[in-house]
Amino acid sequence: MSYEQILEHLHKVLPGVITSSESAHDGILNLYTSREHIMALLSTLRDDEQLNFNFLTSLCGVHYPNQKGQELGVVYHLHNWVSNVRVRVKVYFPKDDPHTETATGLWATANWMERQEYDFFGIIFTGHPDLRRILNVEDMEVFPMLKEYKLEDGTRTDKDDRFFGREGNYERSFD
Amino acid sequence: MQVQSYFSSLDNLEGELATLNLGPTHPATHGIFQNVLKMDGERIVSGEPTIGYIHRAFEKLAEHRPYNQITPITDRLNYCSSPINNMGWHMTVEKLIGCELPKRAQYMRVIIMELARIADHLVCDAVIGVDTGALTGFTYMMQERERIYELYEEVCGSRLTTNIGRIGGMERDFTPVFHEKLQAFLKGFPARFEEFNNLLERNRIFMDRCIGAGPISAEKAISYGFTGPNLRAAGVDYDVRVMSPYSSYEDFEFDIPVGTSGDTYDRFVVRQEEIRQSLRIINQAYNNLPEGDYHADVPTFYLPEKPDVYTKMEALIYHFKVVMQETPIPVGEVYHAVEGGNGELGFYLISDGGRHPFRLHFRRPCFIYYQAYPEMIKGSLLSDAILTMSSMNVIAGELDA
Repeated sequence: MSYEQILEHLHKVLPGVITSSESAHDGILNLYTSREHIMALLSTLRDDEQLNFNFLTSLCGVHYPNQKGQELGVVYHLHNWVSNVRVRVKVYFPKDDPHTETATGLWATANWMERQEYDFFGIIFTGHPDLRRILNVEDMEVFPMLKEYKLEDGTRTDKDDRFFGREGNYERSFD
Repeated sequence: MQVQSYFSSLDNLEGELATLNLGPTHPATHGIFQNVLKMDGERIVSGEPTIGYIHRAFEKLAEHRPYNQITPITDRLNYCSSPINNMGWHMTVEKLIGCELPKRAQYMRVIIMELARIADHLVCDAVIGVDTGALTGFTYMMQERERIYELYEEVCGSRLTTNIGRIGGMERDFTPVFHEKLQAFLKGFPARFEEFNNLLERNRIFMDRCIGAGPISAEKAISYGFTGPNLRAAGVDYDVRVMSPYSSYEDFEFDIPVGTSGDTYDRFVVRQEEIRQSLRIINQAYNNLPEGDYHADVPTFYLPEKPDVYTKMEALIYHFKVVMQETPIPVGEVYHAVEGGNGELGFYLISDGGRHPFRLHFRRPCFIYYQAYPEMIKGSLLSDAILTMSSMNVIAGELDA
């Protein structure tokens, strides 16, 4: 099943759910959606006989501090084992309201994956049966993978990439 | 009246259950992780795993390291098969920068990765033996692992956390001593391995302990995100080496062993057979090792020969650029997966063109399948739970990242 067919089929069964799509650098199809539709999209991808994305390979959070109103995101990697096709589903939402729905109802494996992303980014997966920190200590007050938390002493300037013109496209620092 | 209250207390067993802390530091856990078990006598009523004791924030660290300095981080994921992690990471970066390796380098990688798989599975299977009360096989298999470590040493200088290979190929060609030691290993290992196998595989005591301990069905295993030998023991023939071949795995002929019941015995047998298949792959790769370069021509990532740095201008410039990370990096995102010792080890890399990854996510098979553990041990005996844990091959480094 080619990516064109997948897109066409999805537009037919779930009109208006996919806000945009692109082919990523590694050739995998990226599907963007909103958090209102994420569960509908994931369950269709899993259960539709033609799509059949039976396996949740991974789920991870990502933080783009400069994407106003869409700072936080969750990236799902799905894999169809029958025809060996992968897709990536992305959903973004504001950092002030970091809620999205849980996928634990579809895959048992989403449980710890979501706990980890809650632990790292503070993303709240509504409906999750047991959303607690998993790798960091329970009384930790911050969500350490957010970009505002520097790894080293924030006052150090000798390692500031801006001075080398090597900053990258997304602004990483907040000062 | 008294009789009645006795029976009503049986209905509510809560007061009679014992809480048992299995771990965080206990020899039977083979690592630092804790399970708080509710026990009814020797039977497990429920379990609650606590993990994160050796969490080292690899994903955060990786956002502050240049690409070549992330390799040593990957060493410390599944440290029983570090070379697979290293090379999985190298291949991820190579996918991002669009670098194709010469065949020789790919075959060399396959040889090293399969040696790592053998070492990984050997430890797991030998430890299943130890946990069932058979220490002898373990002591002999440790010697075999030692031989594999000596091979690593010849290739990269280190043994456990290998940092083997480089982005763009291998760091050096196989040395004459490596050839000698590998040939000796390929010659001697199969017989010694079969001897170990014969001690356990059809051993009545071993079979009675393992068959039916900690089973999982194929549907459950897929839902829990199982990959690797644990999934194959449940009867699903998913293997990244075959599904999405990397590093020329499509050139080799090998079988994927599958089990049926997904219990400890099937996991053991699947790993044992995978060792034989890995040997087959190594033999094919080594006997057909192509002539040619052991690294790709990517001077912006691959360090030049040191003597050239002192004598040639080009080499000096590239050396400086690699060391100072003045290498242009493409913008984009890539996902690359390799078949690690425990299953699909995936790297999801988002690059924004900066010298460090913008985001690097590790799909760690141990972390993903360990969440099924409480369900797998529910209702079983404590001694079976320990056996189940060792047969799942939960490696703390990969679990906690």
